[in-house]
Amino acid sequence: MTAGPRLYLVVFLVLLALTALTVLIALVDLGPLNTPVALLIAAGKATLVVLVFMHLKDAPGILWLAAGAGFFWLGILILLTMSDVATRGVLAIPGK
Amino acid sequence: MADHAGAHVAHQFDDAEQQRQASELGMWVFLATEVMFFGAMILAYTVYRFEYPAPFAHASQHLDPIVGGINTAVLLGSSFTVVLAVHAARVGARRLLLGSLGATIVLGTVFLAIKGYEWHHHYGEGLVPGIRFLPTGPEAPAIGLFFWLYFAMTGVHAVHLTIGIGVMTVIAFLAWRGAFSPAYHNPVEIAGLYWHFVDIVWIFLLPILYLIGRHAP
Repeated sequence: MTAGPRLYLVVFLVLLALTALTVLIALVDLGPLNTPVALLIAAGKATLVVLVFMHLKDAPGILWLAAGAGFFWLGILILLTMSDVATRGVLAIPGK
Repeated sequence: MADHAGAHVAHQFDDAEQQRQASELGMWVFLATEVMFFGAMILAYTVYRFEYPAPFAHASQHLDPIVGGINTAVLLGSSFTVVLAVHAARVGARRLLLGSLGATIVLGTVFLAIKGYEWHHHYGEGLVPGIRFLPTGPEAPAIGLFFWLYFAMTGVHAVHLTIGIGVMTVIAFLAWRGAFSPAYHNPVEIAGLYWHFVDIVWIFLLPILYLIGRHAP
């Protein structure tokens, strides 16, 4: 579909449906999957907004680079920090 | 040559297309710094939620996911009207442009009003760290940590949205004065990018604040 009011309306309705879905799923207990499912739906919604509403899907590569850089460094920020925080106390400290 | 004909092309640019790409790149780079800005708070949230999973889940149960979901729908609606405004500016539809910008300002204000109602409710329940915080017991400090992060993240988000409403008001005023045309409407495009970013931040705040811990014992 080419960019235009029709596509925007379809994406808007999908975003509303995903919002209703994520709120309803939150009322069901999925055990350890609760957080991954909620974050996956949020990532899907954000991707739709970035690609269609922010027109990234039709944008030149340099805008993809700028957009990707933000999320790439966010990933480093969280993954590297959590690789420390989440693994403290996993191994015994020699001599202690 | 058409490249230099437009009075709206600043002298440092070769043509309108280069000027448009430069303004969009500038906004995307700014948004990348904004990802880092909110990212620091999301990291703090991730670390403390890892350290205190049960109190965070219990604290989250004080938030109403239905109200959060409704507010998400309101903000998504405003993103829809913004993308309509950008479309209207591209094709030169003045009435649609002004109408969409007006609807955006109204929806953004509705979001802030619902947010304010929620904050007022938290104050009534005594969940505002440092001002009126009533929880007691072993989990109270970590619950306070959750609400500290909650107010920081939703507060900074509301500040961004308030700025967005101000920007959209200026854009609407310029559009009313007839400043934009299909050949030149960069301000509408980049104001739209900023608005959508603020929407995306909320898309992630909804699950991490409202939807976790519905089922924690």
